[in-house]
Amino acid sequence: MSSAHTRAESAKTRRNATPPTQASAATKSNDALTASAQGVGVSSVSGAKRGEAAISVSHLVKRYGEHLAVNDLSFEVAPGEIFALLGPNGAGKTTTVEILEGYRKTDRGEARVLGLDPQRDGATLRPQIGVMLQQDGLYPTMRAGEVLALFASYFNDPADPNALMTLVGLEDAAKTRCRQLSGGQKRRLALAVALVGKPRLLFLDEPTTGMDPQARRATWDIIRNLKEQGATILLTTHFMDEAERLADRIAIIDDGQLLALDTPAGLTTSQSTTTTEVRIRAKTPLDASALGRLDAVRNVRAEPSEGYALETGDARALLVELATWARDTHIDLTEIRIGRASLEDVFLRLTGKEMRE
Amino acid sequence: MSAPTTSTPTTTTSAASFWRITLAQTRAELLMTLRRGESLLVTIFIPTILLIAFASLNITKVGITFLLPGVLALAIMSTGMVSLGIATAYERYYGVLKRLGASPLSRTELILAKSLSVLAVEIGQVIVLTLIGAIFYGWRPSGSFFAFVVILLLGSLAFASLGLLMAGALRAEATLAGANGLLLVLTIFGGSIVPASAWPGWLATIINLLPSAALTDAFYGSLTPSGVSLGSLILLIIWAAIFLGATIYTFKWE
Repeated sequence: MSSAHTRAESAKTRRNATPPTQASAATKSNDALTASAQGVGVSSVSGAKRGEAAISVSHLVKRYGEHLAVNDLSFEVAPGEIFALLGPNGAGKTTTVEILEGYRKTDRGEARVLGLDPQRDGATLRPQIGVMLQQDGLYPTMRAGEVLALFASYFNDPADPNALMTLVGLEDAAKTRCRQLSGGQKRRLALAVALVGKPRLLFLDEPTTGMDPQARRATWDIIRNLKEQGATILLTTHFMDEAERLADRIAIIDDGQLLALDTPAGLTTSQSTTTTEVRIRAKTPLDASALGRLDAVRNVRAEPSEGYALETGDARALLVELATWARDTHIDLTEIRIGRASLEDVFLRLTGKEMRE
Repeated sequence: MSAPTTSTPTTTTSAASFWRITLAQTRAELLMTLRRGESLLVTIFIPTILLIAFASLNITKVGITFLLPGVLALAIMSTGMVSLGIATAYERYYGVLKRLGASPLSRTELILAKSLSVLAVEIGQVIVLTLIGAIFYGWRPSGSFFAFVVILLLGSLAFASLGLLMAGALRAEATLAGANGLLLVLTIFGGSIVPASAWPGWLATIINLLPSAALTDAFYGSLTPSGVSLGSLILLIIWAAIFLGATIYTFKWE
């Protein structure tokens, strides 16, 4: 499974499958943008014309010394779309985002954001984008409300800071010094700061890291709400469920390369046409190597909770083998679940890596 | 967190005007300076205490006419180099500078705001120190106000650049230690409080080439009928150019 051949092959398959999906997602998002633009009045200040990609990355290469952080990466984000970059640590997600935000120069290839060059046209671009970096970057000695008011003062027609504080659930923390905020509160303030300029394009680099489950859900609601109002969102995340629930499309990247790009459903169903996941648990510990010897089993993975996930190309055959094996070895199976691959399964298959290392 | 019913329209806004941004940022910089207790200690109390101590005890056997320019030079160093340097180093450490880099605030506006905030603190220092000198020790200005302002700006440029040079190249902790250590060394061996002539000849020669001695000498010239000496002016310009150039060349925002 982890062989380079399999991995390269699946990456190729995914890439070939991409264009039609991408086109349909883009069309759908454009309609959404048009609809909401009438409601909110999205202005067209930037150089981006209607129908042009909000973000366009082509054959991007970024090298740090010997290390290729981004290796020939290409993708487009349609206006009004939530696009997730998903990858293990060191995959090149943040480097890519920071090139788009104008922090870094590319070594080769081209990056366009709202039709602009992030390096050359930074001054025009910055008022139109909202940014949430991995480090919150808040003045530790300033109060939460003061930081937001300061960032609001950089814009001609900012969002109402008080309303934003309420939106992110920090209305009671407005007078708290930033250094005294909890990690999750800092993250929420950083989100408010990203929104204060009413951006049409948002870069959210791991937005919910450090948040409690309730704040995460509220943040997801805010992000969905922004999309409904026509904003385009580029998200990087460690969390599978976050990408699956929020993103219109997900790009799985590793070693700076694009391994797959599709809708969440597209990623999981296309994998499921060839592979089924059978998850089993038993009263007594199971022998992984014995499971691996079953003819229909292609791969065995220990589940994080307990039990095993068996990958197979022939679920019917596997069930028969499994039942026979359980009878012969007197093992009491307590659970058998047959399902399509989850996004996490797809991710593991493509990258051969756990999300957190 | 509340339900996201509050409207966060995604209409594109433009950046506020140059002066509105600069003024808002200056206000924030000043607010933060006033909140840092240790910063006020080093910028206001230490020069004041040194002025009172040296003027009252007359340790260095120089009158207030010689002492005040040295204390003023020390005040400039504490504000430009120590206070600004350390604050900026920690802003870099906390990722504030990086975050500002993605906002409409330009580098020019940020640097101008920091400069204005430094100057505001320095004006406060000058008022406090000259008033103490005038009221308690009979100091009377007898030079050129214009020359004094020029030297104040030039000295601020030199030492603020030195502070930013450390902040932009060193770790925050190293800047904290380095800037405070350097201030201590320059207080004793910088030719400002203790005159260079109090030390052996070879040491005096080195001291007289230091930016602290040049600033002290230039302040002295601007506050007395003798006028600013060309040597100290040129020396100060050279130091300012070196520190500014090195800062521009090495400063890292992340």
